[in-house]
Amino acid sequence: MEKPMIELAGIKKIYYVGGQEVAALAGIDLNIKQGEFAALMGPSGSGKSTLMNILGCLDRPTCGSYKLDGQEVANLTDDELAVVRNKRIGFVFQNFNLLSRISAADNVALPLIYAGVGKNERKERARKVLDAVGLGDRADHQPNELSGGQRQRVAIARALVNDPHIIMADEPTGNLDTKSTKEIMEIFEGLHREGRTIILVTHEPEIAACASRQLLVRDGLITQDAGKGVKMDVV
Amino acid sequence: MGMFMESVEIALHALFANKLRSILTMLGIIIGVGAVIAMIAVGMGVSQKVTSSIASLGSNMLIVRPGAATTGGVRGSAGSRKTLKYEDAQAIKKKIKDAQYVSPVVSSSFQIVNGNQNWNTQVQGVTPEYLQIRDLSVSNGSFITENDLATRNRVAVIGTTVSENLFGEENPVGHVIRVKNQPYRVIGVLESKGQSSTGQDQDDTVIVPLTTAMDRLLGITYVNMINVQVVSQEKMDEVQSNIETLLRQRHHLVGDKENDFQVQNLTSLMATLNETTTMLTLFLGSIAAISLIVGGIGIMNIMMVSVTERTREIGIRKALGATFKNIMTQFLIESVVIGVIGGLIGVAFGIGVALAISKFGGFQTVITIGPILMSFSFSVGIGLFFGIYPARKAALLDPIEALRYE
Repeated sequence: MEKPMIELAGIKKIYYVGGQEVAALAGIDLNIKQGEFAALMGPSGSGKSTLMNILGCLDRPTCGSYKLDGQEVANLTDDELAVVRNKRIGFVFQNFNLLSRISAADNVALPLIYAGVGKNERKERARKVLDAVGLGDRADHQPNELSGGQRQRVAIARALVNDPHIIMADEPTGNLDTKSTKEIMEIFEGLHREGRTIILVTHEPEIAACASRQLLVRDGLITQDAGKGVKMDVV
Repeated sequence: MGMFMESVEIALHALFANKLRSILTMLGIIIGVGAVIAMIAVGMGVSQKVTSSIASLGSNMLIVRPGAATTGGVRGSAGSRKTLKYEDAQAIKKKIKDAQYVSPVVSSSFQIVNGNQNWNTQVQGVTPEYLQIRDLSVSNGSFITENDLATRNRVAVIGTTVSENLFGEENPVGHVIRVKNQPYRVIGVLESKGQSSTGQDQDDTVIVPLTTAMDRLLGITYVNMINVQVVSQEKMDEVQSNIETLLRQRHHLVGDKENDFQVQNLTSLMATLNETTTMLTLFLGSIAAISLIVGGIGIMNIMMVSVTERTREIGIRKALGATFKNIMTQFLIESVVIGVIGGLIGVAFGIGVALAISKFGGFQTVITIGPILMSFSFSVGIGLFFGIYPARKAALLDPIEALRYE
């Protein structure tokens, strides 16, 4: 049996609001294998974004164990977590989170700066991934000169530029029209076929239906874990 | 090093994106650095002018003056006594070996007349050595000779101001002027020396032989002062005390009787003045330095605003793998770059102001490399120091909070 890429055991995240404990995550156990395409679903406030942040090493759990590639994340320093975010995980956000003052190519090259890649190689690699998402001709445009779908494709190119094993997408189609949504989902499916692990947060069942595994989060717990095509009972 | 250059590039990019704000932020540093350089240039200009005008009185100078006269318990001003004689000067010349030039002087104000022109000025009775001791030269004609002194000749050497006022464009040499209704033949015109440090016109003077002035003009038997030039700086103190001893002896001052004369040392006067002008320079410089610190606070203020404004950018960079050090360097370099660019412009500005003061203010300024290097490195240091807090604040931001920031 292949060892899972992501192993969560008893993950809790507790916030203190007005002196009261609020558990955003109430003890999550979850394994995700390499090459899986998992969709995290759930109503707003269910804790799916918190779970996503912990999976993406942007946040630390209050307690519980998170092993990424067999390594306990809790033992990593902040700088080591930064390296994990830089090299092993690619992020795609709902509102794109591109830097508005620099070109699409420079946005894509951003993670490479922190990976210590030289200028010429950065340029070359940024072009290559932009070509791969079909935006090679828009490399020198600034984000505000691009449509929503194009911006999200730039963001995906940025997530891919360091060739990470895991892509994490938080409502990547939340701000897009139907046509762009379709294009973006096709890109994700393509990445899945290449063998990358994809974890995607969404509240739309049609989006989740593209994934090979659907997870329903409710009140900080995973309440349903199903395969492709199963109709999830979100509301 | 590669990472460092990246950070500089990112910083320049960010500063360029906000041109007006960056320039306004730099303005504090520009004015601060410029003011330090210009003020120190002014202070050093004053200092140099004082030094050179004292030097123009002649170097290694001792001035012997009579003491203050006491009449019925009321003390007169220094020099009011009549104890100093021409013979004292001759004795100093003869007996004190390191006294190179000795020049006794009497002076008084008179009206000088040439035809229908008249002019009021200071008439000085001097000996030929006055020429060397005051570093004067005669541009036209000749100076007073020992022979004039011996025969109490009625001859005069006049300054250019007197010449212009009495003779206009005409050559005065050979003409006769009247002083106190006595005729004096003009034998020479002094080369122009311009204004003294105290604003006195050094060309507004008439020089006659000492003996002529004492006997024919003033009817006195004493001199107002004796200038003594010492061969070298090291001998100043020795000569000073030798003169004191000699004069006490000549004036029959025994035991603890007070001196009826005083010997002033111009070199020590110069040291005192130098100290004063150094204080002035420091004072001007430190006032200007305060504005530099205020400029630094301006940098800090803008950097704080900038960090808040770019919270989301910081969140994105952190999510993409930027470490604490990366973000810290990015913002720190931004504020240092403000200090460097502001400092460079400030140096140019300060030099410009100093040159403009020299050119249009009729006031000499001295620009040296010291204050330029000092204020430039100070401005870079200020950029660094006042950038630390905002940069740290940026680097400590929680990536999730930062990404959520609207």
